Amino acid sequence: MPEPKEPIDPNEAIDPNQAIAPTSGFGGGMDLAATDAETLEKPPGEEQEGGPSAKPRSLWSDAWRDLRRNPIFIISALIILFLVFISIWPGTIATQDPLAANLAKAQDGPAPGHPFGFDNQGRDVYTRVVYGARASVTVGVCATAGVVILGSVLGGLAGFFGGWWDAVLSRISDVFFGIPVVLGGLVFLSVVTNSTVWPVVGFMVLLGWPQIARIARGSVITARQNDYVQAARALGAGNSRMLVRHIAPNAVAPVIVVGTIALGTYIALEATLSYLGVGLKPPTVSWGIDISDASNEIRNAPHMLLWPAGALSLTVLAFIMLGDAVRDALDPKLR
Amino acid sequence: MGRYVIRRLLQMIPVFIGSTFLIFFMVYALGDPVAALFGEKAPDPATAAQIRHDLYLDHSLGAQYLHYMKNIFVGDFGTAFNGEPVLTLMGDAFPITIRLTIVAIIFEIIIGILLGVITGMRRGKPVDTGVLLLTLVVISVPTFVTGYVLQYVFGVELKWTSPSVSPSAPFNELILPGLVLALVSLAYVTRLTRTSIAENTRADYVRTAVAKGLPRHRVIIRHLLRNSLIPVVTFIGTDIGALMGGAIVTERIFNIHGVGYQLYQGILRNNAPTVVGFVTILVLVFLLANLLVDLLYAVLDPRIRYA
Amino acid sequence: MSTGGSGATDALMAPTPRPPGGDEGGPLLDVRDLHVEFRTREGTAKAVNGVDYSVNAGETLAVLGESGSGKSVTAQAIMGILDSPPGFITRGEVVFQGRDLLKLGNEERRKIRGAKMAMIFQDALSSLNPVLSVGEQLGEMFRVHRGMSRKDSRAKAIELMERVRIPAARERVKQYPHQFSGGMRQRVMIAMALALEPELIIADEPTTALDVTVQAQVMDLLAELQREYNMGLILITHDLGVVADVADKIAVMYAGRIVETSPVHDIYRAPAHPYTRGLLDSIPRLDQKGRELYAIKGLPPNLLHIPPGCAFNPRCPRAQAVCRTDEPPLYRVSEDRASACHFWKETLDDDSLPSPDA
Repeated sequence: MPEPKEPIDPNEAIDPNQAIAPTSGFGGGMDLAATDAETLEKPPGEEQEGGPSAKPRSLWSDAWRDLRRNPIFIISALIILFLVFISIWPGTIATQDPLAANLAKAQDGPAPGHPFGFDNQGRDVYTRVVYGARASVTVGVCATAGVVILGSVLGGLAGFFGGWWDAVLSRISDVFFGIPVVLGGLVFLSVVTNSTVWPVVGFMVLLGWPQIARIARGSVITARQNDYVQAARALGAGNSRMLVRHIAPNAVAPVIVVGTIALGTYIALEATLSYLGVGLKPPTVSWGIDISDASNEIRNAPHMLLWPAGALSLTVLAFIMLGDAVRDALDPKLR
Repeated sequence: MGRYVIRRLLQMIPVFIGSTFLIFFMVYALGDPVAALFGEKAPDPATAAQIRHDLYLDHSLGAQYLHYMKNIFVGDFGTAFNGEPVLTLMGDAFPITIRLTIVAIIFEIIIGILLGVITGMRRGKPVDTGVLLLTLVVISVPTFVTGYVLQYVFGVELKWTSPSVSPSAPFNELILPGLVLALVSLAYVTRLTRTSIAENTRADYVRTAVAKGLPRHRVIIRHLLRNSLIPVVTFIGTDIGALMGGAIVTERIFNIHGVGYQLYQGILRNNAPTVVGFVTILVLVFLLANLLVDLLYAVLDPRIRYA
Repeated sequence: MSTGGSGATDALMAPTPRPPGGDEGGPLLDVRDLHVEFRTREGTAKAVNGVDYSVNAGETLAVLGESGSGKSVTAQAIMGILDSPPGFITRGEVVFQGRDLLKLGNEERRKIRGAKMAMIFQDALSSLNPVLSVGEQLGEMFRVHRGMSRKDSRAKAIELMERVRIPAARERVKQYPHQFSGGMRQRVMIAMALALEPELIIADEPTTALDVTVQAQVMDLLAELQREYNMGLILITHDLGVVADVADKIAVMYAGRIVETSPVHDIYRAPAHPYTRGLLDSIPRLDQKGRELYAIKGLPPNLLHIPPGCAFNPRCPRAQAVCRTDEPPLYRVSEDRASACHFWKETLDDDSLPSPDA
């Protein structure tokens, strides 16, 4: 699984209660070890939060304020909204049938009403590109949902309870990490005959959950060691209350970031597997299949490769950029 | 240190068994190796039973797995269904993939680190923003797309290199495939180096180095880089295993007869001994690469001591 | 930013300028009307707003202030290690041995750093390079500035470590910073600053990160070495106890300005600025056991929006209307004292001032 190569530091993952004011006495100010220059470089709000009038700002509202001003976030969010729209209602912008073939026009270039030309079997490339979004978005969203749910539950419990359960879980996730992902997909999916998206989704969840589990585990362990959580424990807060009120909010930020980026990589992975002939299979319309069909004809009809490849790349890029923007907003250290 | 290595090796055993058994299960239990032998034809039941017996397939899956592992330990990876020993296939395929991986790693080190250092030192400048966006694009465009596009541009249009690689796969023909294989990791190396450099530029010890009156190049190379490259080296180390396993797409595009090619053929034809044998070696490479990286970490960072 | 104070200070602390190059007579270091600002996304933070101070050879100047008062930024500007961007020196002079450092080229400044003026940082653990041995980091000074061989520089490193009384120096020279205790690490930092026998050392809270028991040892060592080499020392600190023992004179900083300067003993006897008074009152004292500890109310100002008038006025128990409109110049209190308070006289005379909780 393409791991997030710059994992967010769980320490940076954020404590909504941090707005609690430090003591405003003189001594408190003096003891700050920060040099003057460093103090200045902190984001606004941190320095003044102590003041009685300071408005307590949470990580999320800070992040949202940052995101609204980030053009990369806005562009990628718009692309994603558009993708989701056409994967639900592809008919609104493509009126033809993606499966209708006209062999006489095979590999022809653009023609009126067919702006992207025709593919090997004379099907309209534009229509297929539009309809292809559905498979990609479905796989990406379902796989991510599965991975996030399974991964955060297993990882969160391992981090919270530790001990035996944690050790076993860590070894199991090592096993899944040891298998190269494209390879595992080839082996697993080559024996599956069902041609819907579900085997692909199932495989991704199977191999993807350890990635999220590790992050969830890490942030839960970090959160658990926070002083205020220790204090809540000392005050007799029960396990479930601790998990829901104090620990889960801390683990959410890193999981969201990694999940968004992973969504993009799952879409790319689906296309790769379909390209290798083991992912989605016709008659499902998939960019990966179309790229595979086109790849042998790149010299004669490059348009057949270009359009689905472009759509695929743009989709993956949109999700990765979104994840990147969210990460930057949630992680002040990287500014 | 010695004890740490032994402990790590022991910890690898369950992971190794788990990973290989998983693959073994998929190939032998989910698929049907014997049916694959006969292709489209329906096998004669008696012959099929005989083959099953010869191939040790009439035992339970656990027994089959143990039998297989026992053979591996004496160097017998079985025979591919076309009669060639799997070991021979490996002898042909691995050197090629190793050469391809070396080319890819060299690209990662030279281009990735260079771009990372440049952008890390010029954070927020146009170079930085540009390279950063470029890395996102490179990460987003799947390998099989970049592969075909680069093959078309450099192999077909510009004719700088031949579009497909000859069976002996010499280094000079592997430059373009190596770049294609490296691209995504290269982008990650760039981003990782950049982040690391950017974080360390503000580190107190870098300020100390400047306050000591050291020349700029000495501050950068000896103090900044020496610290910043530790995570990068770690990443590149773990990437070795991933690159070798991930070469399937690249090898298919450029028709390179390496590990990925053999595996792909094996999987399509449900050639069980080939698939399990190659995957077993790849898992082993991956685990050993991770161990080596951890040991390397201790060499690079004196604060880490394994007991 | 008004510079009303500089005239007074010039007369006070810095004798008439000498022709460049001349060494004798004038102070070792003379900072004049220094302004530093940080240009950040949120706006321009005025970190240093017209600081003047001077240090003579063999003399110790203590610079006192909260974090954010500009004391460390001033030091970084003197050393030439200000992070730029975002930090910029917008005005002023840093005259060292008769030369204005701000007018020198990068290479000339580099040769002065470490060799003629050196700096000791607060947190030795993070300020020493974690992946290089202590010997390499000490020897580097000699290799770079003196062109010594690896072997000779190592011998020098051992000599230095013995100098700052690190036991078993010959063995420990191969070790890494994390293998030393906090006090020993700070000795390594001192050794590094001392290596080329500089004329001036700037110590930025050198003992703050240490255990109380070790603080005194390290401070004594520093003071002793300073006497021995007859170096100028700028001691940046918030620990008034340390100051009384080692400093010759004190400069108190607030919001990027010097609000009071004085010989060390006078200031303890009778402060001439309400802020200094607050500092002194907030020291726990044995003879006032049982009484509530005094704390200056409020927070240091946001440097993006320094209050008009006297920057201290929102926190000052003595603040009047004039304090909110007119920035006080540095008033001359006596031959060698100055205070940037409209009511310095009242502050000086009145020693029964509001213990505010009483």
